[in-house]
Amino acid sequence: MSYRTALATVALAAFWLAVPVVGPVVAQDTIKIPGILELSGAGAISGTNFRDGALMAIEDINAKGGILGKKLVLETVDTASDPGKARAAMQRALDDKPVAVFGPVFSGSVSATLQMTNEAQVPQIIGGEAAPLTAQGSKFIFRTSFGQNVSMPKIANYLRDGAKVKTLAVVYVNNDFGKGGRNAIMKELESRGIKAVADISIESGQADFAADVVKVKAANADAVFVYINEEESARFLIEAKKQGLDKPLIGETTLLGQKVIDLAKDAANGVKGHVGLTIDAPSPAIADFAKRFEAKFKYKPDHNGIKGYIAPFMVKAAAEKVGKLDAKAIGDALHGMTITPDKEPGILIEATWDDTGEIDRISYLAEVKDGKQIITATLPKLKP
Amino acid sequence: MAAPAAIHDNYRRLAHRFGRMHLPSMRSPVRHALSWMAAFAAMTMGKVLANPPHFWTGSMTDFLQLIIAGLATGAIYALAAVGFTLLWQTSQTINFAQGEFVMLPAFFALAAMKFLGLPFPLAAVVAVLASMLILGAVFKFAIVDPLLKQGTLPLVISTIGLAILLREGVKEFYSAEAQRFPSFFPDINLGTGAKGAGGFNVSADQIGVLVVATATILLLSWFLASTKTGRKMQATAQNPTVARILGVNVERMVLYTFLINGALAAMASLLISPIYLAKFSSGETLGLVAFVAAIVGGFNQVRGAIVGGFLVGIIDNLVAAYVSSTYRQAVPLALLVLIILLRPQGLLGRAEERAV
Repeated sequence: MSYRTALATVALAAFWLAVPVVGPVVAQDTIKIPGILELSGAGAISGTNFRDGALMAIEDINAKGGILGKKLVLETVDTASDPGKARAAMQRALDDKPVAVFGPVFSGSVSATLQMTNEAQVPQIIGGEAAPLTAQGSKFIFRTSFGQNVSMPKIANYLRDGAKVKTLAVVYVNNDFGKGGRNAIMKELESRGIKAVADISIESGQADFAADVVKVKAANADAVFVYINEEESARFLIEAKKQGLDKPLIGETTLLGQKVIDLAKDAANGVKGHVGLTIDAPSPAIADFAKRFEAKFKYKPDHNGIKGYIAPFMVKAAAEKVGKLDAKAIGDALHGMTITPDKEPGILIEATWDDTGEIDRISYLAEVKDGKQIITATLPKLKP
Repeated sequence: MAAPAAIHDNYRRLAHRFGRMHLPSMRSPVRHALSWMAAFAAMTMGKVLANPPHFWTGSMTDFLQLIIAGLATGAIYALAAVGFTLLWQTSQTINFAQGEFVMLPAFFALAAMKFLGLPFPLAAVVAVLASMLILGAVFKFAIVDPLLKQGTLPLVISTIGLAILLREGVKEFYSAEAQRFPSFFPDINLGTGAKGAGGFNVSADQIGVLVVATATILLLSWFLASTKTGRKMQATAQNPTVARILGVNVERMVLYTFLINGALAAMASLLISPIYLAKFSSGETLGLVAFVAAIVGGFNQVRGAIVGGFLVGIIDNLVAAYVSSTYRQAVPLALLVLIILLRPQGLLGRAEERAV
């Protein structure tokens, strides 16, 4: 091959490589939203649910013409459940100046990225529930589910008034989510006169719970509060059943979620707790969402699927309110905003965001019976 | 393509070179490391004694339950660790993908149930056979034989690469999410039945895992010690040149070792997956623990790997209960460092052979 032929070949290759760069003439009618999510590692269940929920919402929005005439595209990046990787992915995503960012779901990764979105003034719609996330001064972080500062008082009330608990064993996962929940529940227990007789931490990704269940049994508490992630919850429940732990197991959404029930099967029966979001909520809109989700993705969604689903509708409602696709304007509009299902059906349940990005809406008390989550009571919004 | 005999001579040459490698003088570093460890242990014990967990007041039944749970998981670690030592002894292969070898058979079984519609017992048989074929024979012919000619280090690095490939492959083609895995054993309690504190509860699952894993190890030990083929395999491990002169088909014996490792990995996978759930990443911890168990027990002794497996399983459970779950992963590694410093050949290993 002569020098000129080689040069021509390189030039031709460069031209073809450049085509996608020229291509966005067509893509200008789309809005790319980065999804910085846990698609592998310890948070894979949560991140995958969130992603699929968001994909379904985007499909629904695009089918009705998109947002302000533009179609949405979700561009997911796998954080491997690692805060460092989440931070790197967020930096790359923000370089493209998106109108909003979805994720991460794990609180540790949210914590590692929230100052970046705050500085870039881009709304970050998260799945994280750790209490400190909304207390760090970010004006651009928005929850899709209750923070622990909202859910723990509700659980503590249930422990005192519903389960009539005097002593409690607390099992929590040693990460930002677990430690935040543990600190929040301890504070609430103290003010209600409930004594924590065991304070047991487990590790994220832990597989063997034999020793932890022995410790829980030895504590002989009236009930056990389990605040760990889904896969670990399933393993814990399997081991608890194996060792004949007969105390009430009480928790939050991560203990009563559909994936936990699928993995733990019979071992999940009898588990009780507070759920902010659940596909078993007595709501036709959520039931319809769950049915369509399962038909599309061939698995039952959990609460993270609902979180992912409402995220694009939050952007849609805010963007349509301000009449433009501007990141800062969307963020400002979401503060103090209430979105109701009659105006925006995709939001599923009426929700309000305060000026810190905290969400308020109704929630539920639930119990697992015969491998199914049953709602036993509906709790009102904190500020109706 | 090299003849099988030439390949095996290469095994021996490399092994000989590797075997002559000695750690540098350890007297000063040992003292240094021990003083750090003692300080760490003293600090930990001080912390625990200053604020003793309520669990310390627990009964003997709790302790017994922990020992049984430790033995059950330790038996599974032993299966994987024995595979490590077998490959090392007969072919000088240090397989850093051993954890993934334990992770993968569970997915063979799940795939057989999902795509072939097989019932679990039959799917388990398919998983064992597939493991012997893919993780045994294919691994040997496609990876170990060609790479060992290049030296031990390229092979070690290749097994690390293989581990990543297997993990990502399962994640891509099956799922990143944990999967429920059926158990062979009925869901019944064999303990006293008393619930709560002080109640002695041992599940049929725990006893079943312990019995099956121990029986597998005993069967293997009997096979190696009492059958003609087993003795030929031992002869191959000790001195392949002399074994060949005596008429042993050395290449076939090495292949048998790889097939046995595949079967042991499959057994470990079928026993541990109902507890750990089947997940692409579960091999990371298992591989590390099996490696530690093999070194602690003695890399050149099958019985050393067995003892190492049980020891790590029990220590892991006791540390999680009496100290903290936070330290449970650090303790086997601390044990590994201690063994390498004080007894490089492992607890039951032979000093005259190579140390790892």
